[in-house]
Amino acid sequence: MIQLLAFYLFATLVIVSGLSTILARNPVHSVLWLILAFFNAAGLMVLVGAEFIAMLLVIVYVGAVAVLFLFVVMMLDVDFATLRAGFVQNAPLGLLIAVVLVAELLLGTGAVHSGALVLGTADAATAAPQNLSNTAAIGALLYGRYLFLFETAGIILTVAMIGAIVLTHRKRGDVRSQNISQQNARRPQDATVNLKPGVGQGVEL
Amino acid sequence: MNLLTSLGLVASEEVLSGFGLLLLLVAAWGGDKAARTVTVASILALAAVAVMAVPSLMLSRAGVDVSAFDGQFAQDSFASYAKLLIYLGAAVTLLVAPNFFEKAGVYRAEFPILVLFAALGMGIMVSATDMLTLYVGLELNSLAAYVLAAMLRTDERSAEAGLKYFVLGSLASGILLFGISLTYGFTGSTNFGAIHESLSHGLPTGALFGIVFVLSGLAFKISAVPFHMWTPDVYEGAPTPVTTFFATAPKAAAMALLIRVCVSAFGSQTEAWQQIVMAAALLSIVVGALGAIGQSNIKRLLAYSSINNVGFMLLGLAAGTLEGVAGTLVYLAIYVVMSVVSFGAVLMLTDVDGNQVEAIADLGGLSKVKPGLAAAMAMVMFSLAGIPPLFGFWGKFVVFMAVVKAGYVPLAAIGIAASVIGAFYYLKVIKVMYFDEPSGKIGGKCLASHTAIVVIGCLFISPLGYLLTGPLGRLAESAVSALTHG
Repeated sequence: MIQLLAFYLFATLVIVSGLSTILARNPVHSVLWLILAFFNAAGLMVLVGAEFIAMLLVIVYVGAVAVLFLFVVMMLDVDFATLRAGFVQNAPLGLLIAVVLVAELLLGTGAVHSGALVLGTADAATAAPQNLSNTAAIGALLYGRYLFLFETAGIILTVAMIGAIVLTHRKRGDVRSQNISQQNARRPQDATVNLKPGVGQGVEL
Repeated sequence: MNLLTSLGLVASEEVLSGFGLLLLLVAAWGGDKAARTVTVASILALAAVAVMAVPSLMLSRAGVDVSAFDGQFAQDSFASYAKLLIYLGAAVTLLVAPNFFEKAGVYRAEFPILVLFAALGMGIMVSATDMLTLYVGLELNSLAAYVLAAMLRTDERSAEAGLKYFVLGSLASGILLFGISLTYGFTGSTNFGAIHESLSHGLPTGALFGIVFVLSGLAFKISAVPFHMWTPDVYEGAPTPVTTFFATAPKAAAMALLIRVCVSAFGSQTEAWQQIVMAAALLSIVVGALGAIGQSNIKRLLAYSSINNVGFMLLGLAAGTLEGVAGTLVYLAIYVVMSVVSFGAVLMLTDVDGNQVEAIADLGGLSKVKPGLAAAMAMVMFSLAGIPPLFGFWGKFVVFMAVVKAGYVPLAAIGIAASVIGAFYYLKVIKVMYFDEPSGKIGGKCLASHTAIVVIGCLFISPLGYLLTGPLGRLAESAVSALTHG
């Protein structure tokens, strides 16, 4: 009963916040609605027992992606009014695409359910291990069976990082960078002079 | 298969990645001043892993388990054969790179590190016996390659080459991934052996689409027609040492990968991929031969030549027999050496100030200015054209033999006809070098390292190379024997 209640609560909130995301006038509000949608989707994931995906949604999407969106929206001077200008004009096209996507979804699931599409059966080695929580099962696979691939993926990210730095980093001559040891080595006598100018005479420094 | 044995089998990958990460620290603290030191260390690392690959070259399959991590990775004779070619290509690149980049501006210490990581990725590619390993290795290699192509970022052509390669390469990766997911969906596994087993019961339409998409993605990486459009632009725009790299190591890796996928994974449905490979082979041979005719830049010409050569290699695979695959492997080894020599010679074409000369018209009268270099260029051109006393002929010969034996005489006939057309543009370069008036553009001194590479390579492609036909053939056969499911 409480599960059912929670499901309808989360599901309604996902739909409401999803709609608000695209309907909100203020882009910052849109991102905030999006974050609410992510949280509720995470709640739905917990309900179906996929707690790892729920955590990922909160950590990756809310923690990183949505915050990044927020930064972009707040930093860039995007005129959303002009972006929305063609909304009514393009609405039929958007609706058409939506209808096509829904039809494809229905056709795809229908084909699988009617048995017209024979998919391969997963071999035993890739089947999910029993009586383990999601997180433990994924961890066991990732750091056991797929250890080599996981580590290689790490190397790929390293290479991507090296590449980004090699291609964009350059030494600029016109930048005054801070040299702390030089600052510390500076003594008062290097920087200050004690003068006793006479009355009516200027100071020459 | 316990973890320790698996870790032992991927030893060469561990050495390469360990060295790469260590040298990255050296580069971070030493800056570009440490570039040459890092290069020497990288070459040593490549030599070390090459030595490590030798013992498994002649490994017979019986008795020794070469499969690591539940069949995701195989350190077998096939992988070792391809790895030796890859490490050779990478080491030659590192030998010729420092002088080129110092002349062009600054030699970045990250360059040898990226080459090391690319070699690591290629090693993973050729050892892959699982679609996931295949993809991870391919991405590691590709990402490093995109950066290498754009290495001279102040040079517009280099930046353009990097961007083009990146955009088209990502598209190809996407297509490949789509194919992999279709194959997985319809066969139920990403493991090559399991896919082979599943497809032996019949070929669902979805899996056929998977095969087509996987082959398209891989055809991009070996620059087979109709996925070759990027090749001339990237070869021309990328710094010449990087072009040397692209023409050797990644070609060998992607070709070996394609062979393993076709034979090990899709081997039970040979007819499904055979006609695709056949079409790609013929188109590559013809487009490579015809496209090269109008070229005025030597690097573009060599790009089309590589497309043409890829066609001949695919012809061996298209025969659909293990003999054909062995022929392809022999051709691959000879092709890698020919590419090394041709790009080594191109790097030696400089004006008096040491700037690169790339226009074919400027090669006029090279035989009078630099007779040795002209002779080497002539030799490699004749060899690429497949003219008999030179070793390049042997590669074409074994491939055509296998094709004829498999009963595809028309295929061989078209291939031979196209190689006659191809001979035209190779001979055109020789004509310019030997019979045209000196252009006065070529001068300067040749570097000892370049000369050594070209001389050793020339010895290999000279008729002396025929002494190696026996051992090379045996190595190729041993490599191919690892592909069949025993």
